[in-house]
Amino acid sequence: MYGFEALTFNIHGGYLEAIVRGHRGGLLTAVDYNNLCQCETLDDIKMHLSATEYGPYLQNEPSPLRTTTIVEKCTQKLVDEYKHMLAQATEPLSTFLEYITYGHMIDNIVLIVTGTLHERDVHELLEKCHPLGMFESIATLAVAQNMRELYRLVLIDTPLAPYFSECITSEDLDEMNIEIMRNTLYKAYLEDFYKFCKKLGGATSEIMCDLLAFEADRRAVNITINSIGTELTRDDRRKLFSSFGQLYPYGHEELAVCEDFDQVRGVMEKYPTYQSIFAKLSYGESQMLDKAFYEDEVKRLCLAFEQQFHYAVFFSYVRLREQEIRNLMWISECVAQNQKSRIHDGIVFIF
Amino acid sequence: MSIRLGDPRASSVGLFRSETMSLVRLIIPAESVHETIINLGDLGLLQFNDLNADKSPFQRTYAHQIKRCGAMAQKLRFLKDQIERAGILSSSSSSTQKDLEFDELEVKLTELEAELSEVNSSSEKLLQSYNEFLEFELVLKKAGSYFSSSRSTKSAYQRFSGQDSTSTYQHELEEFSEFSRNTPTYESSLLLEQGLQMKTSKQTRLGFITGLIDKKKIESFQRILFRATRGNMFFKKAPIKEPMLDPRTNEMVEKVFFLLFFSGEQAKTKIIKICETYGASKYPCPEEFGQRAQMMNEISSRLAELKATIDAGNRHRDGLLSMVSYQVDQWSVMVRKQKAIYHILNMLNIDVTRRCLIAEGWCPVSAKVQIQDALDQAAADSNSQISTIFQVLRSKESPPTYFKTNKFTGAYQEIIDAYGIAKYQEANPTVFTIITFPFLFAIMFGDWGHGICLLAAVLWLILNERPYKKKKLGDIMAMAFAGRYVILLMAIFSIYTGLIYNEFFSKSFTFFGSSAYHCSDPSCSQSTKSGLIKTRSTPYWFGVDPVWHGSSTELPFLNSMKMKMSILFGVSHMNLGILLSYFNAKFFGNKLDIWYQFIPQAIFLNCLFGYLSLLIIVKWCTGARADLYHVIIYMFLSPTADLGENQLFRGQKYLQNSLLLAAAVAIPWMLLPKPLILRKKQHKKMHRSAHGVKESLDMESPDKDYTSHEVHEGLEFREILVYQIIHTIEFVLGAVSNTASYLRLWALSLAHSELSSVFYDKILVLALGYKNKAVTIIGVVVFVCATIGVLLCMETLSAFLHALRLHWVEFQGKFYAGDGYKFKPFSFSPISEED
Repeated sequence: MYGFEALTFNIHGGYLEAIVRGHRGGLLTAVDYNNLCQCETLDDIKMHLSATEYGPYLQNEPSPLRTTTIVEKCTQKLVDEYKHMLAQATEPLSTFLEYITYGHMIDNIVLIVTGTLHERDVHELLEKCHPLGMFESIATLAVAQNMRELYRLVLIDTPLAPYFSECITSEDLDEMNIEIMRNTLYKAYLEDFYKFCKKLGGATSEIMCDLLAFEADRRAVNITINSIGTELTRDDRRKLFSSFGQLYPYGHEELAVCEDFDQVRGVMEKYPTYQSIFAKLSYGESQMLDKAFYEDEVKRLCLAFEQQFHYAVFFSYVRLREQEIRNLMWISECVAQNQKSRIHDGIVFIF
Repeated sequence: MSIRLGDPRASSVGLFRSETMSLVRLIIPAESVHETIINLGDLGLLQFNDLNADKSPFQRTYAHQIKRCGAMAQKLRFLKDQIERAGILSSSSSSTQKDLEFDELEVKLTELEAELSEVNSSSEKLLQSYNEFLEFELVLKKAGSYFSSSRSTKSAYQRFSGQDSTSTYQHELEEFSEFSRNTPTYESSLLLEQGLQMKTSKQTRLGFITGLIDKKKIESFQRILFRATRGNMFFKKAPIKEPMLDPRTNEMVEKVFFLLFFSGEQAKTKIIKICETYGASKYPCPEEFGQRAQMMNEISSRLAELKATIDAGNRHRDGLLSMVSYQVDQWSVMVRKQKAIYHILNMLNIDVTRRCLIAEGWCPVSAKVQIQDALDQAAADSNSQISTIFQVLRSKESPPTYFKTNKFTGAYQEIIDAYGIAKYQEANPTVFTIITFPFLFAIMFGDWGHGICLLAAVLWLILNERPYKKKKLGDIMAMAFAGRYVILLMAIFSIYTGLIYNEFFSKSFTFFGSSAYHCSDPSCSQSTKSGLIKTRSTPYWFGVDPVWHGSSTELPFLNSMKMKMSILFGVSHMNLGILLSYFNAKFFGNKLDIWYQFIPQAIFLNCLFGYLSLLIIVKWCTGARADLYHVIIYMFLSPTADLGENQLFRGQKYLQNSLLLAAAVAIPWMLLPKPLILRKKQHKKMHRSAHGVKESLDMESPDKDYTSHEVHEGLEFREILVYQIIHTIEFVLGAVSNTASYLRLWALSLAHSELSSVFYDKILVLALGYKNKAVTIIGVVVFVCATIGVLLCMETLSAFLHALRLHWVEFQGKFYAGDGYKFKPFSFSPISEED
């Protein structure tokens, strides 16, 4: 039914699309950010946010606020909205919405496993987990000693189980292994999500595949930069790249052999899409890369709202909200630590 | 308040024109500003303008105080929450204690909150250990019952895998070992893989754990345990019936008791870890009966102790809370008031010297004296040496619209406001709506039986006004309650029209004498068809003759009557609208609108549809048989043709032709002159200003037309012309379509009476005809439900909506601009009512 999905979209998806577009209207605007940047204390931030959709969530927080409280409450709002949408969704939208959270699930697993490795308290770790990526038996992760056990005890029940096929080893868990596990999982997850979106067809697949390709490329660049100077072999690095996106396959070959940041840059500048991102950075500067990528991503996510009758708006909304929460966290941290001069460095304006 | 100042427009017109407003400036000395705002808030007659609109909320002067109020409100919410949880009924009636100062209140609230949270935290700790002991006791009991279930083999003492075990759980163990033996292949393969030195379960160290776990988690808990121990365990569970407080989260949860046997030290550490992550509480359970009994005793004594302590703590807390509960509502009103005051203060301009604050706002002219009094009072109260300076400013800005309404007129004003707030001082349709709205409704809802039901319902609302006002009502109920006085008049009018239509649940009655018609033959067999003769020259003296009811000509007769009646009401309603546009134009001194808008419009409407109304009345009075459709249609199609038998009076043809001519002239009359004259005026002005005659803006021509002088003249003219063309077309076409629109009065009235007669004949009468009790009861129930659901609820709603439309579109479209904004004075009364 390619090309005709708009005809029947509203039967199941119309209500939720309306909801998500309404939520999008609640995102903070440049005016809000400008006001927030002028805040002197965290209480000012709370006062300003109380006029926005975050108001009811921050209302009952007693006065000496902490950055974590603000972030926690703002995340709570996102989670509430997400849960409401998930409860209303029908297939295949509900599966699509669940896919959005798998990334957080992977992050949470890695967080807990690393935390246990350093003998941190499990409950403390649980509090740090992203609430979107929670699943029932997550706490039991702490029991596992190696990958195999991890899989057999806990993850077999989660939707991540199929992604694990590549990383079951009996090796003990250590930092390196965990990081490789994270990236292997992520690769499998992105590929699976990509396949799923392709299957959905129509505008959804068009937009989502574009967004996911960007995500995959960004991860490839990040893996390359982070693995420079480690004992990860070229082949291993190559294995961690997802098998789609603009860089696939030739860009991946070139990235696999990169030895420093400027080489990465050389590879990336061959691709017109990424040329603009790298053009903003001066030579040898890799710190600002994250922000440049985020800015480009936000632009793409906002564009997803320009079309109707597709699921990418849900993905975009969750991502934009997360970016907003990151912005709020940055602002609050800057305000709390009296680093107001740096406040503009970390904010990615959404509108 | 009947004191009026010099303004000539401030004549007493009540609801018809909105209150005369003036822009005022207050220069308030800094020391009395707080008192002043309080007094003004109590008075509630001044709308403050924001003089700091360019500043963000936290850059304003009193941002800090607002934050403090926020913090206090949060503490109050905490207190209220505590009071609610403790189940203390707050009776805010006794406010004997004196009012606290704001700062004192803040201190007191902080103290209270600190004390309460201390009490809470200590009692929480106690409660936690109390719950833990309670759980422990439960575990012991459950475990005891398990162990003692196999007490029969008590004699068989056995030393079992290094542990001193009584035979009480031997049975369980046997079961377990049997279970292990039954799954040898599975186990051995897994065991080998794990590299554990285990042979048979008989020789391994067996341990057990008892505890409680949340019922929701039990499934996955059991599964994880199974996987972690590779099936090498034995799990028993028993649900606990009543939910209990979880010691960790302090929530009521349903729990399950579990008893878990396992083998090996390694498994033990694993299992303990899993228990921790699942939030299962485990308790040591001694194997021997004696030890258990001893433990039970200890626990119950501890429980009793803890209970006593907790109770004492709770009593203390309850005392504290009940003391506070009398005042919490009062305090929260006070905090809200303070917050409102600081919001207002933030809107004021602070003078450079910081000696005084400058406020600007709108107030009704009639309230100036009251405001002045309030200001003087405030100055006196705060011992200020200078009193507030109160100035009236001149402003070009359009003032807000303010109508003084009461609880009766308020609902009608709401109906008008829902369409648009009236422009400042334009004629307010509410005055007429109070009667026309319920009346037009009643024309569509004419049945005095239904009217009485509606009246009874609304009288209930009105008589119980006081209790209902305090209650929080549902959406629909709140709407009905807010419109109770509209519904009251609607009900009364529909009883009246019902009497005229002579319908009582679609039945007719002969209250007003006997019918003017009688049967021609004595048997009256033909009474519904023909054979009725008029026996009296006077008609039935009130409303419709009951004899029409049920006759074969009932519908043609009623339709013709109601249709004509609708047109009469419609034309008069629209004429009223046009007349109001005259009052508006006169009031605003706009001669152009009177001569080139009101007069041609009145002529156009009345020459066509006014004439139709005249014909209807003439026909009714003379009983002529002329066909009015024919007359009106051929008046346009062939004005010169002979009228023939459709002639109602002499000279009708000449009258018709002159009316037609007048209507034709009226169209260009309302289209062209107004824009042309406006252009000419503008030319003159341009000319004058070119010669250097400088005019101040206030000295301009008195009429408030839409011209603004900065815009280019050509563009302006085109705009005015287009606007006028649209307006003219709208009116000319509207005259036809609006008149037709009033026919909905007839259509809905017909639908209502037909529906009610269907319900009456086809349900009630049919059911009664069966002479069967069950059928009768069912019939009555269905009839009542249909009458209430369809006729009293849905029909009321639809007639209401149609009446609303007739007012908004057909009536107000003729004169109402509705582009004003509402007067929102700063007042404490909504703050104290809230919550």
